[in-house]
Amino acid sequence: MIAYEIPVPTTTWYLLLSAALFAIGTVGVMVRRNPLILFMCIELMLNAVNLSFVAFARQMGDIGGQSTVFFVMVVAAAEVVVGLGIVVAILRRKPNATTDDMAELKG
Amino acid sequence: MELFVFVVAGAMVLGGALGVVLRSHPVHAALSLVLTLFGIAVLFVAQEAHFLAAVQVIVYAGAIVVLFLFVIMLLGVDNAEDLRVEPFKIQRPVAAVVGAGVLALVGLAILASRDATVPTVVQSEAVQEAALSPHDSNIKALARDVFSDHVLAFELTSVLLVIAVVATVMLARKPRKGEHVIEIVEGAGK
Repeated sequence: MIAYEIPVPTTTWYLLLSAALFAIGTVGVMVRRNPLILFMCIELMLNAVNLSFVAFARQMGDIGGQSTVFFVMVVAAAEVVVGLGIVVAILRRKPNATTDDMAELKG
Repeated sequence: MELFVFVVAGAMVLGGALGVVLRSHPVHAALSLVLTLFGIAVLFVAQEAHFLAAVQVIVYAGAIVVLFLFVIMLLGVDNAEDLRVEPFKIQRPVAAVVGAGVLALVGLAILASRDATVPTVVQSEAVQEAALSPHDSNIKALARDVFSDHVLAFELTSVLLVIAVVATVMLARKPRKGEHVIEIVEGAGK
């Protein structure tokens, strides 16, 4: 009987997961045309970065990574609030607008 | 046990993320986003970031996704997008290539630096002392760090939140009758 050692997830595993999540978010931003879904994909990318911050914070024994994540969350909340306000203002005038229709701010 | 938690939470994260990108209905995408955010919260707990896990569930899964759902509901934009429509011919192949490239580059960088030596971090005495606390060390250390070393940034975030709230109220409210507003004119500037 071969003794099989169960691997323990290291920081590298968490970083690879976060890279995969970030790549999925990037593809989503490039492919989708609904502005609400674009925001969700940006949230995915922010969460991927948060995950890698926490992984590094544990590896280095530094709480600073976690406080950075805290600030990222606050900024993400503010960004979503303003972004959805803009989306509401645009979709109220043009229902079913996609990102292709959002050239109104262009001079 | 730790491996089991990682695999299950990682599957939640990636499955939810794929759901956000691939589901055509905005409500389904928002619910997939909840799955991803819960998976991230589980991974935070697995890495001893207990406070951030709680904040993740409350702020992200609680507030932000509800905000998304409210916007979908209020505007009635919950009709499915036809994903077969491709506005630009080469958009999706290019997006797939760029996504795979990002994943390959970052993954290779991570794997190459796997055995890098970690620099030692000198933390302030207050944080070190708080980290010795037996049961709530994470939240105490985080509080010492945020409210001592980063107190100016903390105050600035409160200013940022007030600005965001005021700006959104101004953007989203309906103008009263007779009030002067700047209208977006269709076809202006053409």
